[in-house]
Amino acid sequence: MVSLKNDEEFQKIRIIPARVIQQTVGNLCLQANTLLRKDVIIALNKALAKEKNQRARICLKQILDNAQIARSEKLAICQDTGLPSVFIEIGSNVHVDGNLYKAVSSGVMEGYRRGYFRDSVVIDPLERATPASSIPLVHTEITGGRRLHIIVLPKGFGCENKTRLKMFLPTASKEEIIAFIIETVSCAGADACPPYIVGVGIGGTADYACFIAKKALLRPLNHRNSDSVLANLEDTLLKKINRLGIGPMGLGGKTTALAVKIEKAATHIAGLPVCVNISCHALRSAEADI
Amino acid sequence: MVKELTTPTSKKSLEKLRAGEQVLLSGFIYTARDQAHKRLYQMILRGEKLPLVLEGQAIYYCGPTKTPKGKIIGSCGPTTSGRMDDFTPLLLRQGLAVMIGKGNRSEFVRKAIKEYKAVYLVAPAGCGALLSTFVKEVSPIAFKDLGPEAIYRLKVEKMPLWVAIDSYAGTIFPKLNNRPKNNEEATD
Repeated sequence: MVSLKNDEEFQKIRIIPARVIQQTVGNLCLQANTLLRKDVIIALNKALAKEKNQRARICLKQILDNAQIARSEKLAICQDTGLPSVFIEIGSNVHVDGNLYKAVSSGVMEGYRRGYFRDSVVIDPLERATPASSIPLVHTEITGGRRLHIIVLPKGFGCENKTRLKMFLPTASKEEIIAFIIETVSCAGADACPPYIVGVGIGGTADYACFIAKKALLRPLNHRNSDSVLANLEDTLLKKINRLGIGPMGLGGKTTALAVKIEKAATHIAGLPVCVNISCHALRSAEADI
Repeated sequence: MVKELTTPTSKKSLEKLRAGEQVLLSGFIYTARDQAHKRLYQMILRGEKLPLVLEGQAIYYCGPTKTPKGKIIGSCGPTTSGRMDDFTPLLLRQGLAVMIGKGNRSEFVRKAIKEYKAVYLVAPAGCGALLSTFVKEVSPIAFKDLGPEAIYRLKVEKMPLWVAIDSYAGTIFPKLNNRPKNNEEATD
């Protein structure tokens, strides 16, 4: 019998205590909800420099002031501290000592308590009742290596409510897809706190298209898509969206979206799922490596 | 140009407001969102006494965060107004004068706003930290069991808002939601 101690594979295993994950998630919740992402701030400033509409300019300044106040006063950027999505990549050589899901839930609870954030999650969608906590949705993915990577995305529901999925025919044209995405933003109109960041998922199954549409929001806004077809599609969509005239807070102007981010996945010969997940201007996320 | 408004208010003083104008609101406003609206609505239908008299008052579609230590209120921006549309005409009939939220309203709400000479104002959406700086006092009023959806009375000073629908039905939004009203008193 080979002793585990001497086993080369065992030497590679890295043990991460669940409480370390809990603490990290707690800190990420605080960070995501009070410190607006730098790439979002940069995009807002760029939009302000280009915007000529007076109402839009006032709104963009208010959004930037808000981020400043949230940072200095340690207040939530938005009172809707969302239904937190937590994305975890676990290296195949990582062993979590303890219950990962419990650690994440406790971490979220701790972060939300420390930040005085709003409990916005009801346990039963039909019975509703008083929201008692912020229960996260946890997505795990096994990757290679000894790393554990955590992303917390506390997305508000004003914009989540505007999500749309369409199962296109496999023979649909790019123009039809573009029209659907534009229509989705147009339907969101003034309601979901523009200027938006538009996440799009193309391909996979119905559920997977929705998943990658949301994940698209995690890409830094200033990063160009490495897929040139998607990069061009993102540019085309952003231009068209910013011609809708919705503007910041829906009060007019040319800043209706700050960015469009598209992710794609292999799909079936019979279909072409497209999901659009809109984020409000307060796109909040924070990540850490353990 | 920036106008000033104090609430509670007479319907008369809302006549000076026009869609697209900036307003600085001072006075008292009441938070109420989805579940509080549902309750108020049902209480009115049942003929029960409401926990607040709506005549001349302002309702703010808002569910604030918890209040951090040493602060009057936490982050407290507006929520999407359209979700309150079905309940709105009945509240306007009770004398509600001002609604504060974010986003578009339905065509039937715009008509009701004109009929009852009310106004719909929008607050800087997604700016809850900024908006907290205009709140000077907070008192709980009703439905404590609803947690963040309870009704609170906020005393505000020069809260920066925009007139989105004025008492003449003028609107800042080019296109209103045309969906039909959906509730028991659909003929209202």
